Amino acid sequence: MSETAGMRIGVITFPGTLDDVDAARAVRYAGAEPVALWHGDHDLRGVDAVVVPGGFSYGDYLRAGAIASLAPIMTEVIDGARRGLPVLGICNGFQILCEAGLLPGALVRNAGLHFVCRDQRLRVESAATAWTSRYTAGDEIVVPLKSGEGRYVADAATLGELEAEGRVVFRYTGGNPNGAMSDIAGVASADGRVVGLMPHPEHAIDALTGPSTDGLGLFTSVLTAAAMA
Amino acid sequence: MARVVVDVMPKPEILDPQGQAVSRALSRIGVAGVADVRQGKHFELEVDDSVDDETLHRIAGSLLANPVIEDWTVTRV
Repeated sequence: MSETAGMRIGVITFPGTLDDVDAARAVRYAGAEPVALWHGDHDLRGVDAVVVPGGFSYGDYLRAGAIASLAPIMTEVIDGARRGLPVLGICNGFQILCEAGLLPGALVRNAGLHFVCRDQRLRVESAATAWTSRYTAGDEIVVPLKSGEGRYVADAATLGELEAEGRVVFRYTGGNPNGAMSDIAGVASADGRVVGLMPHPEHAIDALTGPSTDGLGLFTSVLTAAAMA
Repeated sequence: MARVVVDVMPKPEILDPQGQAVSRALSRIGVAGVADVRQGKHFELEVDDSVDDETLHRIAGSLLANPVIEDWTVTRV
C-alpha cells in the first residue's frame, strides 16, 4: 500500500449536498486524505481523484444535477476528466456527471414514483474501471439505495454501446427498484476513469453504520488507479 | 424586449410516471375520457431584441431541456 500513501481525494460540496461527510469518511477509511472542494471555486487543489457526492444540489431545481453541472468547480472536473482524472459520482453526483456530459444517459423519476430507500443488492459487472479494480466481475455487493430520480435511461444506440464496451459497471439484482433500463445502476466513461452509480457505497464501509463493508472497494480501487496516472 | 416561450416535454419513448399519476387522479374527480397525460415544463423568457433564434435554441437545448430525455419548442409570442 506504500504507493498509495499520501493520496488526496477531493470531495465536492454544493449547496444541498448531503453525503459529502460520509464520502470523506469513506476516503479516510480507504487510507487516503479527503480534501474538501467547494462548488464556487475554480480549484481542484491538486487532488488525485474527485468524488461528486449525493444530496439535492440546488434543490434539484430544473432537473436533478442540472444546475450543479454548470458550477465553477465542474469546469475543472470536466477538464480533469479529459486528462484522465478519476471521478466518481454517487446518486446526485451521478446525475450531475450525466448532466455535465461526462457520462452518457440521464436519470429520471422512478417508475413507481416512490422514493426508494433500502439496502440494495448489486452485481459488479466490470472490474476494468478506476473505481472497481478491487472487485471481480460477477461479485455481488449490498449497499444502500436512496433516490427518487434513479431510473437510468439512454437511447438504444447508447445502451448498445455501453453493453458492447463493457461500460455497465453495476446492475441491480433481486428486483429492479426504479425501472432503470437493463437494470443499470452504474456506468463508466469510455476510458473507465469516470464512474457514476445511484446506490451509495460510501454508506457501506463499516458494519456499525451500514449494511456491509462492500462499498469500501470503490475507494480503495481508486488509490491504485490514481497512483498509476 | 420580447417574450419567448419554451415548452419542454419528455420524449415520447420516455416513460412519464408523473403524467400517469395525474391521469389516474382524473378518475377521482369524476372525469372520464382522458386517455393519457404527459407532464412537461413551460418557461417564459423576457429577452432583449438582440437575442437571436440560435441563442434561444442554445438556451433551450443546453439548459432548459436535457436532449437525452426531452424535446423542446421555442416560440416568440
